[in-house]
This record gives sequence, structure tokens and C-alpha cells, in this order.
Amino acid sequence: MALSVATSGSGITIVRVEGQLIVGNRQELKALVTESLDRGGRKFLIDCTDTGYIDSSGLGALVTIAKKVREHGGEIRLAGLNEDLRSLFTLTKLDSLFEIGETVEQTLADF
Amino acid sequence: MTAPLRLCVRRGPEKEAASPTIRVALTLPSDIDVIEETVELLALHAFAGRIPAQRTRFRFRVTLAEALANAIQCGNGGDPDQPVHVELHLTEETIRVQVTDRGTGFDTDHTTDPTDPDTLEYPCGRGLFIIRHLTDHVEFNDQGNTIWMTLPRS
Repeated sequence: MALSVATSGSGITIVRVEGQLIVGNRQELKALVTESLDRGGRKFLIDCTDTGYIDSSGLGALVTIAKKVREHGGEIRLAGLNEDLRSLFTLTKLDSLFEIGETVEQTLADF
Repeated sequence: MTAPLRLCVRRGPEKEAASPTIRVALTLPSDIDVIEETVELLALHAFAGRIPAQRTRFRFRVTLAEALANAIQCGNGGDPDQPVHVELHLTEETIRVQVTDRGTGFDTDHTTDPTDPDTLEYPCGRGLFIIRHLTDHVEFNDQGNTIWMTLPRS
């Protein structure tokens, strides 16, 4: 997995997850978002356009991150999920915990 | 340094198999960092010469990654000296995945529902739930340290 971070013009932290978000690398994502929260970031968009699959630990990491962001008065959204990834969120009912947008561009515009 | 993966592929009819079966066997150390590589390697063998549906590949990769994570973390307690054994039994239509760890097993009948509003925000407890929903069939041995998952191959 490779993570990259960018900040939009309106101050939204965009975290791009390339590859698999699984048990072996979920801590990297948690650390990255925590770091950004510490620096004052409050709006996060997780870009899953190039995410292959997510296991239960990866989902758990997203749940933990979302909780932390909300505790800091922030907001987190997901975008770019393919049909399979979306079905995973529907199956686990995590689509009720996350706001899931279509494309990154559209989600940024709606944020 | 992580021990290399030991892969053994045997193609041909298996004893007691109803139809021609290809057996792929692999042993890996209990190291979560080799899960991704293991999944990709076994996916290559499972779908060699085929173009499966994207959904089929997704189901295989997610459920195998879950089963390996359970075996490594829960079964073997993350002890890198304890191996995890994986076998694929491939027929024309199906993939039967077997994952065995060296642990004492767990009670597979008593798991919580991760979609319950009370547990929805828990960081753990979704692995077996996902496996049960993304496979066609799941079985465990009595001890609870071997899982068999049946998935489509096309």
C-alpha cells in the first residue's frame, strides 16, 4: 500500500490509499491522520480510487480514525470506492457511519 | 528478515476427488506483512489462464486475507515461528481454500454481530462475518484451528 497526502484549496486533507488497506499497514493510515489532526487538520477525504481491497482490520482502522476525527470536531468522508468496496461498507453497515461520495472531485465540491 | 514463502503446486487428480482437482499448498510464517504477497501469489494460481469476474477476485482476496490474519494473529498469536498452512483445491468451478494454524482454536458458533448498533463502532470483530457473507460455504474443524471456504472460480 502507498499513502499520499494532499491538501485542497479549501483546506481538506486528501489521503489517497493505493493498493490494499489491510492488517499489515492499517497503522500507517491511522498515524498519518493522527499527525494531520495534531497539525490542525479537521476535514478529511479518504480517496479510495486506487484501493484494491480492504480487510476487517482496514475497516476497523477507518472506524477508529472517524471516531478520532469527530472527537476533534472534524469530519471525514470517503470517495472513489468501486462497486466491490461499496458492497463491503453496505454489508458491514459501515455506510451508516461514513458519508461516502462518488468521485473525489464531487465529494470535495460537496464538502 | 521474514522467512520466504514455501509454495508447492501439484496438478492432477487427487485421491477421493470427484472431479479433476489441482492442489496448491503454501506455508507461511505468522507475520502479517506477508499476507498481501501470499494472497496475490495464490490468486495467480487460483485464476491461472482464466479471466474471472472482478467480484470473484475480490471475494477470494478479501476472504483469504481475513482467514490468514485470523490464523496469524488469533491462532498463532503472531509468533513468527509458528507456521500457517494454506491449501487451494481447484476444480473447474470452485476454489476450496483451507487455512490451518497451530492454535487451540476458538468457538466459531459464538461470535458477535458487528452490524448491531451496539457493536457497529467497534474496531474489531468483522473478519468472520465478512468471510461468512463473501464465501459460498464455510466450515471449521472441531478444534477451530482450520477453516475451509468455498468460493467460485469464474
